[in-house]
Amino acid sequence: MDIHEYQAKKILSGFGVTIPRGGIAYSPENAENKARELGGSKWVVKAQVHSGARGKAGGIIICNSSLEVAQAADKLLGKKLVTNQTGPEGKITNRVYIEEATDIKKELYLGLVFDRSSESIMVVASTEGGMSVEEISKNKPETIIRSKIEVAVGMQKFQAREIAFGLKIEPNLIARAADTIIGCYRAFSELDATMVEVNPLVISNQDQILALDCKMSFDNNALFRRNQVSELRDKTQENPNEVYASDRGLNYVSLDGNIGNIINGAGLAMASMDMIKLAGGEPANFLDVGGGATPEKIVKAFKLISMDEKVKVILVNIFAGINRCDWVAEGIVQALEKIDIKVPIVIRLAGTNVEKGNKILKESKIKYIEANTLEDAANKAVKALGN
Amino acid sequence: MSVLIDKKTKIIVQGFTGKMGSFHAEEMIKYGTNVVGGVTPGKGGMKHLNLPVFNTVKEAVKNTGASASILFVPPAFAADSAMEAADAGIKTCVAIVDGIPSHDMIKIKRYMRRYSRTEKMTLVGPNCAGVISPGKAMLGIMPGHIYKEGKIGIIGRSGTLGYEAAQQLKNLNIGVSTSVGIGGDPINGSSFKDILEKFEEDDETEAVLMIGEIGGPQEVAAGKFAKENMKKPVIAYIAGLTAPKGRVMGHAGAIVSAYGESAVEKVELLKECGIIISKNPSVMGETVKSALNSKT
Repeated sequence: MDIHEYQAKKILSGFGVTIPRGGIAYSPENAENKARELGGSKWVVKAQVHSGARGKAGGIIICNSSLEVAQAADKLLGKKLVTNQTGPEGKITNRVYIEEATDIKKELYLGLVFDRSSESIMVVASTEGGMSVEEISKNKPETIIRSKIEVAVGMQKFQAREIAFGLKIEPNLIARAADTIIGCYRAFSELDATMVEVNPLVISNQDQILALDCKMSFDNNALFRRNQVSELRDKTQENPNEVYASDRGLNYVSLDGNIGNIINGAGLAMASMDMIKLAGGEPANFLDVGGGATPEKIVKAFKLISMDEKVKVILVNIFAGINRCDWVAEGIVQALEKIDIKVPIVIRLAGTNVEKGNKILKESKIKYIEANTLEDAANKAVKALGN
Repeated sequence: MSVLIDKKTKIIVQGFTGKMGSFHAEEMIKYGTNVVGGVTPGKGGMKHLNLPVFNTVKEAVKNTGASASILFVPPAFAADSAMEAADAGIKTCVAIVDGIPSHDMIKIKRYMRRYSRTEKMTLVGPNCAGVISPGKAMLGIMPGHIYKEGKIGIIGRSGTLGYEAAQQLKNLNIGVSTSVGIGGDPINGSSFKDILEKFEEDDETEAVLMIGEIGGPQEVAAGKFAKENMKKPVIAYIAGLTAPKGRVMGHAGAIVSAYGESAVEKVELLKECGIIISKNPSVMGETVKSALNSKT
């Protein structure tokens, strides 16, 4: 789960990381008042959307008067911001963050992620802040510092100091920088995060070490024990069909093609999508109804796919194990009696009681195209597009 | 032989008296698995499915001599149960459960470092279908009848795609020595490499089919291991050609975040290691068959 910049900043400040003063606003008037409250003569108005690269997309506006702050907020609020990470549909800006401007002396990069090969937490840092980590790895790989943290004992001071010295931070600021790095580590480890990124981490002209922009993501599997994190979820930042799906226990990812998929199991779903691609088609979605593929889930899946206007053909591929094909077939028939589907449907059943399952489908009133193997199903789905 | 479990392996079920535990324990028993009892804290002394229930894994091991266990406990308590099994001397533990936090998985693996290599429990999963040695024993939730007894080892992250492979093999009259589902999470109890090592040592296994997917460095690490240490042929299929970067595809671990983690890149890297690639998921069986033919 992702959260907004201002939420991540608030969390990190609770772990001893210094952040510029700022406040959230929902309207231009609100924004203007915040700027007055903060005082000073220069502010930054930042669109709060779940995406990086907001600056290049016009989502970050520097203002020299409270009037300009109001105008900037008016320009951003209620509009969709399209960045190179959001896709062409963009993401809606429902709140803006007003922050006092910072005089920057130096911009650094600091990120924490899980390292899957060593099964530990990895700190990645660089002197080249402000660029994305991909750009840094490509253009300035020699500046990257990596440090593996043993989770059983947590991050040690010397590790944080080594990173700070590696970032060429002046000696009088090393202790403060080390505390900042350790604060980020503690937030990562104590809140079940999967990613913390402070980019840039800046040193100001006043020699403050500040998190100027930050991002945090959290492990969905751990939200049950992180109430203060799970309440930060902002569904307006997610694809509406994906929200509909996750609220109903379905694993769904919206894609650009036109063949809708209903499949049980994530691996089989990816494999079926591969077959569609190899047959010359493009999948409209990834949808895993769960290994069990209960009739209720199948009904929900058909409803979800029928909401997607891109879909011109539906491919159902269920490998039934403990749940038998006859049971799955009954679920499909029930679903299609309830929901009016206008596009061709290709159904491939496999596994336990496959003959019984296919018999139920044949004897029902539903219109569908039967397929026997993965390859057969993909070919028939692509062929049905032309009809 | 087979790996991890055979007909004699004594098995206990953790979370025995719950709905899932009861259902799958019965399925495992029907398959011929030597289930000797179970554990549900607070229900010790009871009988369930005509088998004894214990309060702790230690008691269960002491009274039954069990060496393997399967976990049917909710994700919030799964790490605790896995560590309890390791501490009680269980040698193979399968965690079916989907939804264990990654931080908990790391904790389990750190905890298990206290045991020497020979004493250490093999944890399989989580978020997997389990282990089956066809015709011998089933420590999992798969449909046993789709697996034919034979000489191919299967290792896979996905449950249903593993079933697909087993059925393709069966249709070609090829059987399986053991099939191991290592699960779809970012951090697994056992990696592809860990299980490849066991198959290489197993007399009955002639070749290994590895079913991988996008995300993480595991498949490539296994490929390097095979290149340097294995005589048996390894066949692989990697799912997720069409998966967009940075999106989680159902399995928590199926996300491309670095170079070498996409399906195309993994296939290239595996080829360099001499792994035989099944070019699409509908020819996994045929690719294994032709690998066996060219071997003899």
